Amino acid sequence: MLPHAEIWVRCCINLAETSFASANIGIMQNIISVANLSKVYASGFEALKDVNLDIRRGEIFALLGPNGAGKTTLISIICGLVNPSTGRVLADGHDVVTEYRAARSRIGLVPQELTTDAFETVLATVTFSRGLFGKPPNPAHIEKILRELSLWDKKDSRLRTLSGGMKRRVMIAKALSHEPEILFLDEPTAGVDVELRRDMWEVVRQLRESGVTIILTTHYIEEAEEMADRIGVIHRGRIILVEEKAELMRKLGKKQLTLQLLEPLAAIPDGLDAYGLQLGDEGNELVYSYDDADVEQKGIADVLRALGAAGIHFKDLQTSQRSLEEIFVSLVSERS
Amino acid sequence: MNLYAMRAIYLFEMARAGRTVLQSIVAPVLSTTLYFIVFGAAIGSRMQEIDGVSFGSFIVPGLIMLSLLTQSISNASFGIYFPKFTGTIYEVLSAPVSPLEIVVGYVGAAATKSIILALIILATAGLFVPIEIQHPFWMLLFLVLTAVTFSLFGFIIGIWADGFEKLQLVPLLIVTPLTFLGGSFYSISMLPPVWQKVALLNPVVYLVSGFRWSFFGTADVHLGVSLAMTLVFLIACLGATIWIFRTGYRLKN
Repeated sequence: MLPHAEIWVRCCINLAETSFASANIGIMQNIISVANLSKVYASGFEALKDVNLDIRRGEIFALLGPNGAGKTTLISIICGLVNPSTGRVLADGHDVVTEYRAARSRIGLVPQELTTDAFETVLATVTFSRGLFGKPPNPAHIEKILRELSLWDKKDSRLRTLSGGMKRRVMIAKALSHEPEILFLDEPTAGVDVELRRDMWEVVRQLRESGVTIILTTHYIEEAEEMADRIGVIHRGRIILVEEKAELMRKLGKKQLTLQLLEPLAAIPDGLDAYGLQLGDEGNELVYSYDDADVEQKGIADVLRALGAAGIHFKDLQTSQRSLEEIFVSLVSERS
Repeated sequence: MNLYAMRAIYLFEMARAGRTVLQSIVAPVLSTTLYFIVFGAAIGSRMQEIDGVSFGSFIVPGLIMLSLLTQSISNASFGIYFPKFTGTIYEVLSAPVSPLEIVVGYVGAAATKSIILALIILATAGLFVPIEIQHPFWMLLFLVLTAVTFSLFGFIIGIWADGFEKLQLVPLLIVTPLTFLGGSFYSISMLPPVWQKVALLNPVVYLVSGFRWSFFGTADVHLGVSLAMTLVFLIACLGATIWIFRTGYRLKN
């Protein structure tokens, strides 16, 4: 073989090995991989349109979207409740349709509706779930879950005697009974009081620490802001954004500095035009909007210096940041 | 094979029967007892023997079949319809179980319950009339085949039904009339010739005839035909069940 031809072949082999290795790393990192997924219901309603989404191993991923955006359809396809029209979903490398046993045994689902067998006891229903998912009986594990979810005292109670919040916990216990690696929480705190919501967030955090990947859908933005590592926004069947939460807040989370003036201003003085200041509260407040890029360029310091130079004094000041909710509303309304 | 899942579904369904023992066991036993009092003691004493068997004894296989058919259908249809109705079916559909495992769990439990019930009714009948079983193996074979077939049929009805009314519709409007007209309480040879031909279109005739043969050694139709017809209905129900899971009919969108 000619020397340069040999080098070329070696290069090709090296390249192939490298890309194979990186593909493997990709599989290892992404515990769920959704590719070109579409769903058209028999009624003709297009619930999902060419959705592509990767969920990383070990993260808490929040899927946000208004009602009817396709959140539940997406989850239902991944969990096997709805057949996809086109596209493919891999769960831990296993196709959810052709290798459904391997895929589903790794997944736990807490659906949105509180659907329970009214006449069963807590212990019986959670034990049933574990068997259904193909795991041998393990009373010690069931006890551990029930204790963690503060359900152990209620283990012999029939489900119909439990409150809504308790039923929600039972559904989480059922989903965790077979030790899944991936947990779907579809609107986990809908209709749950504030105290229980905080408890549930704590449970979710502990699960994440134990290595479980969590995908939650919610339309409580506060929940996503509090919990998520990454956020995906779905609107009218399309994923319109996937971003690290911190990055999303940084990019889109405009900040505001509000100054309460000593004396009201009738108009913004000349020379301060460049800062985009706005007057509020009948001239008693001056509002400066900025983002992190401005912070790096010392925007606030410049504004305050300029105000001082113009002889404008203030008695108080506060800063605020645009919440995820405001970001979300503006994102969705932009697309509408 | 997900044996744990089959076991879980089976035990769940059996536990449900345990909770509803009045409805599942006591009610059918009571109604059978009433049949014996009316047809066996009150009317039966004035009836002639049929094929050398007293009327009271003659109706035992038919009565057991009547309960076996209706209870198999109602157990299995309710067993699968109720999770659909409450929404708990999501868990079965999202579990790593094959359609076969689901069917074995639900249909197996429904068939077990109706076989237990049939044996209780047989024992109850023994208190009222003399009973002999000439071919116990065939008796058990027909019992099991019929229980499994009609539990499968019930499972299909439970999946098809989208309301409690439909759940009752097929058993009330089709199965009960077919059973009453299928020779449960008489030999079809007692009918006028034309109606004997019509009766042969009724699948229940074959079940009752085969089952009665296992007791008394006499039958309206040949044993082989009875067995073949039972198997044909079993295969038809299996085919429909496979189709349901292939297409996701009424289970998945």
